[in-house]
Amino acid sequence: MDEQVTLMIYRGDNVQGEMKEYKIPVAPGMVVLDAVHAVQATQAPDLAVRWNCKAGKCGSCGAEVNGRPRLLCMDRMDKYPAGEPIAVKPLKTFPVIKDLATNVSWNYDVNKKIPAFKMRDTKGEEPRFSQEEADRVQEFRKCIECFLCQNVCHVLREHDEKNTFGGPRFFVRTAGLEMHPLDDENRLDLLKDQMGLGYCNITKCCTEVCPESIAITDNAIIPLKERLVDQYYDPLRKLYRILFPAKKT
Amino acid sequence: MGKYQTFQYDVVVVGAGGAGLRAAIEASAQGAKTALVCKSLLGKAHTVMAEGGVAAALSNVDSRDDWKVHFRDTMKGGKFLNQWRMAQIHAQEAPSRVRELEEWGAVFDRTKDGRILQRNFGGHTYPRLAHVGDRTGLEIIRTLQDKGVHQGIDVHMECTIRKILKDGDRVAGCFGYQRESGRFVVFQSKAVVLATGGIGRCWEITSNSWEYTADGHAMAMWAGADLIDMEFIQFHPTGMVWPPSVKGTLITEGVRGEGGVLLNKDRKRFMFDNVPEMFRGEFAETEEEANRWVAAVVANKLPDARRPPELLTRDVVARAIRREVREGRGSPHGGVFLDIASRRSPSEIKKKLPSMYHQFKELADVDITKDPMEVGPTCHYMMGGVRVNPETQESTVPGLFAAGEVGGGMHGSNRLGGNSLSDLLVFGKRAGEFAAKCALQTSSFGSCDDDQIEVAARECLEPFDESHGENPYAVHEQLRTLMQHYVGIVRSQDDLKHALVEIEQLRQRAAKVKVGGNIQFNPGWHLAMDLSNMLDISEAVTKAALERTESRGGHTREDFPDSESEWGKMNLIVRQEGRDINVSRRPLEPMPAELQQLFNK
Ligand SMILES: Cc1cc2nc3c(=O)[nH]c(=O)nc-3n(C[C@H](O)[C@H](O)[C@H](O)COP(=O)(O)OP(=O)(O)OC[C@H]3O[C@@H](n4cnc5c(N)ncnc54)[C@H](O)[C@@H]3O)c2cc1C
Ligand code: SF4
Ligand code: SF4
Ligand code: FES
Repeated sequence: MDEQVTLMIYRGDNVQGEMKEYKIPVAPGMVVLDAVHAVQATQAPDLAVRWNCKAGKCGSCGAEVNGRPRLLCMDRMDKYPAGEPIAVKPLKTFPVIKDLATNVSWNYDVNKKIPAFKMRDTKGEEPRFSQEEADRVQEFRKCIECFLCQNVCHVLREHDEKNTFGGPRFFVRTAGLEMHPLDDENRLDLLKDQMGLGYCNITKCCTEVCPESIAITDNAIIPLKERLVDQYYDPLRKLYRILFPAKKT
Repeated sequence: MGKYQTFQYDVVVVGAGGAGLRAAIEASAQGAKTALVCKSLLGKAHTVMAEGGVAAALSNVDSRDDWKVHFRDTMKGGKFLNQWRMAQIHAQEAPSRVRELEEWGAVFDRTKDGRILQRNFGGHTYPRLAHVGDRTGLEIIRTLQDKGVHQGIDVHMECTIRKILKDGDRVAGCFGYQRESGRFVVFQSKAVVLATGGIGRCWEITSNSWEYTADGHAMAMWAGADLIDMEFIQFHPTGMVWPPSVKGTLITEGVRGEGGVLLNKDRKRFMFDNVPEMFRGEFAETEEEANRWVAAVVANKLPDARRPPELLTRDVVARAIRREVREGRGSPHGGVFLDIASRRSPSEIKKKLPSMYHQFKELADVDITKDPMEVGPTCHYMMGGVRVNPETQESTVPGLFAAGEVGGGMHGSNRLGGNSLSDLLVFGKRAGEFAAKCALQTSSFGSCDDDQIEVAARECLEPFDESHGENPYAVHEQLRTLMQHYVGIVRSQDDLKHALVEIEQLRQRAAKVKVGGNIQFNPGWHLAMDLSNMLDISEAVTKAALERTESRGGHTREDFPDSESEWGKMNLIVRQEGRDINVSRRPLEPMPAELQQLFNK
């Protein structure tokens, strides 16, 4: 167990910072978060990093390891080539608060814009739906809000369209509500006008990084895009919409 | 007071897990101006990690279930030390709280006829846990979070509360710091609801996150409130034991609920030899009978057999595992085997226990659809907490409320799986409701005098004193090792006395910890402050454990191995008087005859 590993960790804030080198002993089964904690406990007590569950369930510990977005608590050290330093940086798309902690408050603001679940009238009956119907939305409801998808989406990462674009996480969330068997709200205007669904050009980068393996593009974004087309560009539907404006498609 | 950023609210809820969110939703629905304060980002509280399910007698799967059976199971699980009125309210109101979540958008797994599905769990007579695969907590916290953000609650994320402020006897607000900036903040309020969760970070092997540093327990005690049942700690029988990185990480009891069996190194199902007197006759006596029960459950039929002994209450299973290991029948890494692979098909396992499958595959290189898991006890849940009025959740300090894991009394000496999520919802709602009523009846804010605030602020900044030299992480590690070995699953008078001496020494070292860097997002500093909570509550636990000279639920004494009927009528109360942490006895409230008769069958 005398084997050492070298970590390069970003130390600093949004204005200035540098990659600092730390060496720590490795243990079997170690994940990158363990290594960062070892640095914290023995060499850099003020090193900022977020975590909670240490089991891939809370989505707190997202960062970029050797340039790839990862949950630090699920990222095994033995997957990286032995003897080479491992570089850990904060998510690029969000402003750094300190070290590995970024300011993700923008995501919470977007979430607030999405109209809440509205239960349809079940006429006093106990609501019923099948497991198959549940499965469809449970996929979206698995999201742990790690924001790794937000971090890689080029609309946010390269173009910083945070005022006009909601990002894959919130397409997933909206899909979970729109396809909910008991929901009676319509969020298509929101998707078109405020969440910029049209800006997504289906590169699938978001799906690739999702630690919950949610098929973000195929199961959430594309069906939502189809609904938008149906609602806004299908002439019959358009007429229907003018006649019955509040109804859900 | 003008020195620090100051807010005014009718109600401040400290903690944004299930209990805090549910309390804030209710307080705000009652018309109280409400703040929700939490240490992490919203949605990351412990509740998000809950796996197996939420217990409520919906009787969707087995029509024989009702609140009375749930009440009886809860009291038996707690070995009758529970505050019976809390257990009653809990059993009666849990179904409405779960249905309400569905109305707010939660999507639980379904029965064949499209209703909320329920699964079996230890200590519950009938399948009772509404669930979503093995990520029930995520579903609940997200549902509450999305309900809450549309209700005009102000959320203060990454803000740690350090002290309850008082005006004379009653609550006047609370004091804390913003984690990001390190700046101090004062909340002036007419009522405070503590919903801060548990204390697991005092032990070495735990399923709990960095947040569980006993903040709420300590703040309540410092404010003069009574704590109850502090000797009772739940060691969950099935934590991961290998590799070291994941030691303590939880494996849901749902694995056993779905038919998983516990084996020692000789592949023997040792739980058959570990059925305590109290439960004799209620569990399968042969493997054949246990298998019949599983087969019926899998086929969605009402079982005509009794349940497998693996589903005994957690205290019983944890002690049995510890014994197997001690007596040399353990697995290679000091646990026992939990096997689901030979019981259910790979596709069923992946469907019902997806995150367990993932967790083992990624972190332990074990495919649980093929091989058994290695498991051992892990410090999981704090039964003890703030003593509250069962109806209102108000503590013995006027204006101070508590709900969720930080509250005490509901679970007695041992909590049943699934009874925490329901506890959060039932008593979270009540705490919010009565805190709002209390606040709205109070005409003016209490005064938070500068002296109290200055003392608190000065204490917080001590670790920056240049003359100090201890490493806070090292002191914390020592405390955890101490509690693990001397105040663990099995205790003795000598060990507990030793622990008290060591805690005192650690306290002196904690007073000398030093942190580098500045006040901005500085985890070393945060931990340095938390040492005082953990040390005081470790002392409270140890003293209560020393006082209770019997074994019961989550408190086992090597030197007093039996349960004593006299102790069965007594709760222990912990209270701070001056600088001293004192323990006293409090007789249980007698149970009314109509509830008593439920146990005479
Ligand atoms: C892995 C795991 C699985 C579990 N599975 C189940 C299950 O299947 N069924 C079940 O019933 N129970 C389960 N439990 C237990 C249950 O999840 C917890 O007891 C419950 O979630 C506690 O909820 P809470 O609202 O009391 O606290 P938490 O959800 O822990 O929330 C505590 C909140 O308080 C905040 N806080 C703490 N201190 C401060 C402070 N000083 N200042 C400001 N904020 C503070 C935290 O930031 C957090 O927001 C499980 C527990 C674990 C660890
Ligand atoms: S598929 Fe769309 S949302 Fe996903 S990363 Fe690409 S552009 Fe962004
Ligand atoms: S959709 Fe996936 S990647 Fe995006 S926030 Fe949710 S869990 Fe993370
Ligand atoms: S710590 Fe929870 S996902 Fe990594």
